[in-house]
Amino acid sequence: MCAGCGLCVKVCPFAAISMKDKKAVIDYDRCNLCGACVEACKFNAIELKTLERKYDHASYKDVWVFCEQKKSVVQSVAYELLGEGRKLASKLDCKLCAVLLGEGVKDSAGALFERGADIVYLVDSPHLKYYQDDPYSKVLAELINEFKPEILLSGATTIGRSLIARVAIKINTGLTADCTGLDIDLEKKLLLQTRPAFGGNIMATIITPNHRPQMATVRHKVMREAVVEKTRKGVLVEKKYDNDVLSTRTNLVDIVEEIEETVNLAEADIIVSGGRGVGAPENFGIIRELALTIGGAVGASRSAVDADWIPYSHQVGQTGKTVCPKIYIACGISGQIQHLIGMQSSKVIVAINKDPDAPIFKVATYGVVGDLFQVVPALTKKFKQILGK
Amino acid sequence: MNIVVCIKQVPNTTQVRINPETNTLIREGVESIINPFDMYAIEEGVRLREKLGGKVTVVSMGPPQAEGALREAISMGCDEGVLVTDRAFAGSDTWATSYVLSQAVKKIGDFNIVLCGKQASDGDTAQVGPGISTHLDIPQVTYVKKIETIDEKKARVERMTEEGFEIIETPVPCLLTVVKEINEPRLPSLKGKMRAKKTEIKKMTAEDLNCDFDKIGLDGSPTRVVKIFTPAPRRGGEILTGEISEIVDKLTRELRSEF
Repeated sequence: MCAGCGLCVKVCPFAAISMKDKKAVIDYDRCNLCGACVEACKFNAIELKTLERKYDHASYKDVWVFCEQKKSVVQSVAYELLGEGRKLASKLDCKLCAVLLGEGVKDSAGALFERGADIVYLVDSPHLKYYQDDPYSKVLAELINEFKPEILLSGATTIGRSLIARVAIKINTGLTADCTGLDIDLEKKLLLQTRPAFGGNIMATIITPNHRPQMATVRHKVMREAVVEKTRKGVLVEKKYDNDVLSTRTNLVDIVEEIEETVNLAEADIIVSGGRGVGAPENFGIIRELALTIGGAVGASRSAVDADWIPYSHQVGQTGKTVCPKIYIACGISGQIQHLIGMQSSKVIVAINKDPDAPIFKVATYGVVGDLFQVVPALTKKFKQILGK
Repeated sequence: MNIVVCIKQVPNTTQVRINPETNTLIREGVESIINPFDMYAIEEGVRLREKLGGKVTVVSMGPPQAEGALREAISMGCDEGVLVTDRAFAGSDTWATSYVLSQAVKKIGDFNIVLCGKQASDGDTAQVGPGISTHLDIPQVTYVKKIETIDEKKARVERMTEEGFEIIETPVPCLLTVVKEINEPRLPSLKGKMRAKKTEIKKMTAEDLNCDFDKIGLDGSPTRVVKIFTPAPRRGGEILTGEISEIVDKLTRELRSEF
C-alpha cells in the first residue's frame, strides 16, 4: 500500500524510516513506536497494533484541579488551572472540581468557588500541613478511586511533578508532564495534551486513550488565571482519612527559604537575568534593582552561577529552571542554546548585550546592543519615574 | 552501601537543529550522551561508595547502543553496568519504563539507595524516578541538592524547592533524584577508561526481569503520542538603536503595556 510519498520519513522524530526501492522501510532498532508516521501516512500503509482491552470509562466524570498550597496559601498555578479546567469542563459538559489538601485551609475553599470550582474536595489534617510524598499521594489516590474524575490537572511544580508521578503508578493511569497546551478531542472525548520535548525543539500531543483519569501536569504561567466571581458558590465535600493513609515514611525537618527576592522564578511575570557580562557578584545589584523596581524575579545564566556570583536556585536554562514569564530581560547573556531552552517561550524577550552577534538577539523581541552598565540603570531610573517609586 | 544509579542515553539536545525547509529535526551528526542530569547521580553514587564502601551498579534501559553510556559511567567509577534491552520494551512511556527499571533494581537486589537524575533532557518528564520508587514501594525524595548524612538505616537530605530547600529525613532504602547543585561530576580517569573497556556489561531482557508483558512496551503504556510537530521558530525582533534615553523611552513604553 506504500506509495513511496516519503511523508513518514519527514515526520519521524527518530530518523528510523528511510526509502528503499520507493517504499518506506522502518529501522526497528531506532523506532520508538511513537506513531507519528501512522498519523502522517495518507495511505493507511503503516499500522500500530495494540492489544484490545475493555475499559470502563462511563463511571469517570468531571475535571479535577489539584490546588497546591504552601503555608496555607493556595498557589497561583491552581487559579491558572481552574481557568483552563473550566474550558475543558464546558467542552465535556461536566463539573469542575478542586482538590485541596492541608491544615486549616478550609477558608481557602471560598476562593476556589469564586474561581469556578463547582465542588471542592477538602482533606484537612495536621499530617497534610506541608507537602510530603507519602500522605499526599495516598490521599489523592483514595479521592480519585472514590470519586473517579475523568481528568486531573496539577501544576508542573516541584510538588506537582513529585506527587502526580507517584499517583499515576498507584492508580495505574497515564500522566503527561509539563504541558503547555490542553484541549478536548470532542469526537473521542479525549484530553489532548501538548508539551515541548527535545529541549523545546519539538512539540508532542499526547493522549491517554484507555486509562482514567487522564492526568497532566501543566507549566506555570501558560494558562490564564480564572476570573473571580465574588458571588459564585459551590459544594464543599470534606473527607477524613485514617492514620494509615496519612502516615509518612519521610520526615520534613525544616524548610529554608533562600531566594533573596519575594518573587520566585517559576511564578514571576517578569524576570531580569544576568549573565557573564555582569562580571562580578556585586554587579548583580543593578540587576536586582531593576527587578525590584518592576516587581520581577532575578534569574541568571549558567556561567554566572558557575562563577558563584549568584546561587544555583536562580539559574535559568537546561540544567536550571524553565521559565515563561511575560517579560524576560536578559542582561549580558550571550544566549547559548542551553539558556535559550529555558526561556525562549517567554512572551516578550529583551536582550541587552555588547556583542551584536550574540545569539540571544535571534530570539529577542527587542534587542539593545550596548553596555548593560549604562542601559540597565537608565531603565531602572525611567521605570521608577513612570511607576512613581 | 550498595547503590544503583539509573541512567538514560539521550541525543544531545543542544545539537539538535531544525531543517528550515522541511521543518523537521535533523538528527544526523547528533551525538548520543548520558543525560546531563544523570551525570550528577553517577558522581554522587561514586562519592558515596568512596566514603562508605560497597558497590555502585549503573543500569540503563535502551537499545543495544546504550551500552556506551554504561561504559562511560564505569569509566567515572561505577563498578558494574546492567543494560536492560529488549524489543518488547519499545514504545514504553514513563509508566512502563519505571516498571521495567523497578524490576531491574529488584533483580540487582540488595540495594540501599537508588539514584536518578531529576529528569532526562530529551523527554523532560521527571516522572521515571518517582515511578520507580512507587513501583518498588520505597520512599523517595526528589530534587535533592545535598545528602547531609547517610547510613544504612536513614539519610538526611536537602530537597530543592521553588523558594529554597527542605531538609528531609528518609529511611533507607530509598530513591533520590538529584539536581545539578549536588556535585561536580569528575572526568573519567585513564584507569577508569581502561576498566570500562574490560568490564562486562550484563544484559537483561524482559524475561530475565520477570516482567509482566501487559505492563511493558506500547501495550503497557497508558499514554500515546498522537502528533509530533515543530513549533514555529522564534525570530529575532527589533534592534533598538539611538541614544540610550531614546532606547529606554521606547522600551519602557513597550514593556509597560505587558505589566
